Amino acid sequence: MTEFDVTKMKAIKDLLFRMADDELILGHRNSEWTGLGPILEEDIAFSSMAQDKLGHALALYTLLQQTGESDPDTLAFARKETELKCCHLVEYPIGDYAFSLMRHFLFDEAEALRFDMLSDSSFTELANVARKFRGELKYHTMHAETWLNQLGNSNEESLLKMQSALNKCFPLSLGIFEPSDFEKELVESKIFAGEKVLQERWLEKIEKVLNKANLKIPKVNSKDASYGGRKGSHTEYLQPMLEEMTEVYSIDPGAEW
Amino acid sequence: MISEKEIWNVLQEVMDPEIPKVSVVEMGIITGVNINENNFVNIKMTPTFAGCPALDYMKKDIKVKISLLPVSGVNVEVNFDVQWNSNMITDRGRELLKESNFALPNRHNGFVEIEMLTKVECPFCNSNNTILQSTFGPTQCRAIHYCNNCLQSFEQIKPI
Repeated sequence: MTEFDVTKMKAIKDLLFRMADDELILGHRNSEWTGLGPILEEDIAFSSMAQDKLGHALALYTLLQQTGESDPDTLAFARKETELKCCHLVEYPIGDYAFSLMRHFLFDEAEALRFDMLSDSSFTELANVARKFRGELKYHTMHAETWLNQLGNSNEESLLKMQSALNKCFPLSLGIFEPSDFEKELVESKIFAGEKVLQERWLEKIEKVLNKANLKIPKVNSKDASYGGRKGSHTEYLQPMLEEMTEVYSIDPGAEW
Repeated sequence: MISEKEIWNVLQEVMDPEIPKVSVVEMGIITGVNINENNFVNIKMTPTFAGCPALDYMKKDIKVKISLLPVSGVNVEVNFDVQWNSNMITDRGRELLKESNFALPNRHNGFVEIEMLTKVECPFCNSNNTILQSTFGPTQCRAIHYCNNCLQSFEQIKPI
């Protein structure tokens, strides 16, 4: 394990929890499309992406375990709502397919760029994981971009649905980049170039794709950004989801399967 | 003392449960074998995709099969120190995948482009008159294609 001092270790843990919790919660949400997808290929796509997200969550929780936290199952299933650091975007119910597709697009583009940035991290173990994930994410962003292009250029109804999904998702997606208390430490020690840089790169990327799909980013000001998730303050949708997700685990925590 | 070669020979008998003709060695997921002075074996492996559900099964299978050798113990460590990509499938692995009716991922220079997923050669009739149906398939590492020549669906191990 790469060695860091106490403050930097705190910064690393905070970053890992944010990423891992996002992956876990969105992975669970995506899996809610299993059996319900609008066409078979999409059912498979969302289920498969859900599996990738849970795989990423597992790898990140494993890194946390190596830094002295509990085992991955405990971290995933035994923490209270207020201890989770996921952003609000991932908490929302799946909604209609337009909403789920738009969320998938906005989140996965940010995720792909994040892991791209992290692949040079001075935290070597995280850099290794990031290099692995970005290859997998290529398939996610490819999927999202294909559908955005298709639906944005199809007919008035599909365009309208995608635009209204974007209007709803965009302020939520800004919450992905909620600044952490450790930005300075992360940047200075070259662990991560920071949420601000990521957000700029993300905006540049999504604008290109949205333009081709005739979709416009809604006008928002900074106070519309859905912040709070990274500090443990969540939407009303998270707690019921956690109860469902941990229902079996809670009957007998630590049971061997 | 057990030799490294003997370990690799046994690993050759540990199959991917989802593609039973192909071993973990041929898939390229074994990234290190180490035997210490006490005859304890440490094996490093890495998943094809991070969320691969077959990984635990293969890990157990490796432990059981290696334990049957005259060794003092065995540990299987999963990590991402070496990150798997589809170029790591061995030549023999590629032959066996083809025999199992999978289309192969093109060997690449580290960057996967969408073009690598179109016009994939059909494993049944070798035609290139095929279309990509979905980049997501029955497992994380497979995409689904259709052959317009022999009118068959087929799966491809994804380039990654």
